[in-house]
Amino acid sequence: MRDAWPWLALVLLGAYHGINPGMGWLFAVALGLQEKSRKSVLQALLPIALGHAVSIALVVAIVGGVAAFAPPRALRTGGALALIAFGLFKFIRPRSHPRWVGMRIGKGELALWSFLMATAHGAGLMLFPVLIALPASARADHAAHLHHVAGGGSIARDAAAVLVHTAAMLFVMGAVAIVVYEKLGLAILRKAWVNLDLVWAVVIVATGVFTLFT
Amino acid sequence: MPLWNPDPTFYPSARLAMQAPAERHAFVSALNPKQKGSADAICVVDVAPDSPTYGTVVGRVEMPNEGDEVHHFGWNACSSALCPYAPHPHVERRYLLVPGLRSSRLHVIDTKPDPRKPKIVKVIEPETVASRAGYSRLHTVHCAPDGIYVGALGAPDGNGPGGIMVLDHDSFEVMGRWEVDRGPQQLAYDFAWHLGYDTLLTSEWGTPNMVENGLNPELLVGGKYGHSLHVWDLRKRKHLQALDLGAEQQMVLELRPAHDPTKAYGFVGVVVSIKDLSASIWVWHLKNGAWAIKKVIEIPPEPADASKLPPALQPFKAVPPLVTDIELSLDDKFLYVSCWGTGELRQYDVSDPFNPRLAGTVRMGGIVSHAPHAKGGELNGGPQMVEVSRDGRRVYLTNSLYASWDAQFYPEGIRGWMAKVDANQEGGISVDPEFFVPFEGERPHQVRLEGGDASSDSYCYP
Repeated sequence: MRDAWPWLALVLLGAYHGINPGMGWLFAVALGLQEKSRKSVLQALLPIALGHAVSIALVVAIVGGVAAFAPPRALRTGGALALIAFGLFKFIRPRSHPRWVGMRIGKGELALWSFLMATAHGAGLMLFPVLIALPASARADHAAHLHHVAGGGSIARDAAAVLVHTAAMLFVMGAVAIVVYEKLGLAILRKAWVNLDLVWAVVIVATGVFTLFT
Repeated sequence: MPLWNPDPTFYPSARLAMQAPAERHAFVSALNPKQKGSADAICVVDVAPDSPTYGTVVGRVEMPNEGDEVHHFGWNACSSALCPYAPHPHVERRYLLVPGLRSSRLHVIDTKPDPRKPKIVKVIEPETVASRAGYSRLHTVHCAPDGIYVGALGAPDGNGPGGIMVLDHDSFEVMGRWEVDRGPQQLAYDFAWHLGYDTLLTSEWGTPNMVENGLNPELLVGGKYGHSLHVWDLRKRKHLQALDLGAEQQMVLELRPAHDPTKAYGFVGVVVSIKDLSASIWVWHLKNGAWAIKKVIEIPPEPADASKLPPALQPFKAVPPLVTDIELSLDDKFLYVSCWGTGELRQYDVSDPFNPRLAGTVRMGGIVSHAPHAKGGELNGGPQMVEVSRDGRRVYLTNSLYASWDAQFYPEGIRGWMAKVDANQEGGISVDPEFFVPFEGERPHQVRLEGGDASSDSYCYP
């Protein structure tokens, strides 16, 4: 049971990323409204999820790579400090990300946009404490015992982490996009859109602090 | 400070913005025509009918230098902050960016906490503008999703090309020149965009050297002032197409794209045709993948006794309408056209943009008619800058164009005023006899309404 919490956390963070208008559902709705077609909303979701997944996978790979040679404590501390620094930066400059203008874009560009936004906002970084807490797979466990290498050979587990997170993100993003497009309308943005940039920065700093002291 | 909810003045669509509460203050740029001793100002006019100071100037902030020629200005942030590709709407619509059209100096004015006590918080000097962007004579200001865009008439030496520079929307620092490939474009004036089509448009007046010493009759007769519209790729910052209206169509000025981002058309006004002194309105539109332009309104000159005309117009024995500003209501239904020469404001129903219908007209001032206002008496100058409230019910007018041109068309000297016209939503306009703001010794130009107006914001959603 203790092993289940990181997976649950990946799902919850996926839902959190999915509900953030800046991560893609709003773009999907905008494309649907521009084309006056629900199909356009749905067609935008997969490329956005794909870009998000690649950004997450990048962080997973980096953490895995560093874990292959760095001692666990150093990895934990380094990651925690990176999180705190990044969170503080996002707090001061929430709007800092690659400048993007443009509505008329293809599926590939949409995925690229999603990758850039997820990366610039530190979506993957936010998963750091969960990633280092993921239970190693049986084989990796075995290998780790033999060679003292944590995280090596656990590609299946890492891929599962990316998939679980992205699936949750896609599900929530899709649900919000369709409900807003079909039922609520965009007026909801004026009241219900709390400052997720601020929450996001606080979450990242808190995650860093949590990682540092656990 | 970041906000917890989006700024309440941001609306996803123009349709929703029409439900905004009525404005309570208007910010008006006021030119001081005296060359020495006093500076230009931004004035705050009380436009709340329930206020004891309704219809009077209740605040002002003077520029730190003389001779700026404040003209157009705009907000640091607006509804475009809700655009889906860079949505960060938890910022305030708070700062007015006020360029000096002559000085090229850019002022950042804080309108909070008290809109009646605006303060200058930052000044960008012309040297900085010149070294970072290569531009000069700053004109139009628009808040884009990715920064603040500022149009410029020309280069520091007073020649072309004019263009657009981009400011960071947090620090207001000049980031640089917008254009990557300007193609044949040299002349500049206004700019606007269709966010739903990743398309930017620019219009043409003249270089600083062509306009600063007054309207040059030789250039005019030679068709040398701007007569084209330029279409740009907003993403790639590349010139795509020049739409030439014909050399006789002199000075293609204010651009008013449809507010609904799914509609690919907009209106532009031409000041004067050298063939017959008429003014005209054209519609640009997307047709089979390319942009095209078509004349949809022509306003003829009015015959006049030569003795009542300024020297420049006497040979023609007629007053040109001189369409110097136009404005489109947020529902894309009514187009307001000011005829600064004849002293007329026209309201067109443009529900069908290719077949406009004249829905209403009022007269105020005018070169010959000097049509009076119930409260202001006989007026000079004419309806010039037009601003429409977000709900489309109130239209604010001011009467000064540009100092050196004012002197040619109204040689007796413009006496500054601001007036208000009430608009019937079924069509029809009437002058509000109670609202009249005289600007003694100053000349008002652009009006910006607190919370936004019909030309301050752009929208990414229909």
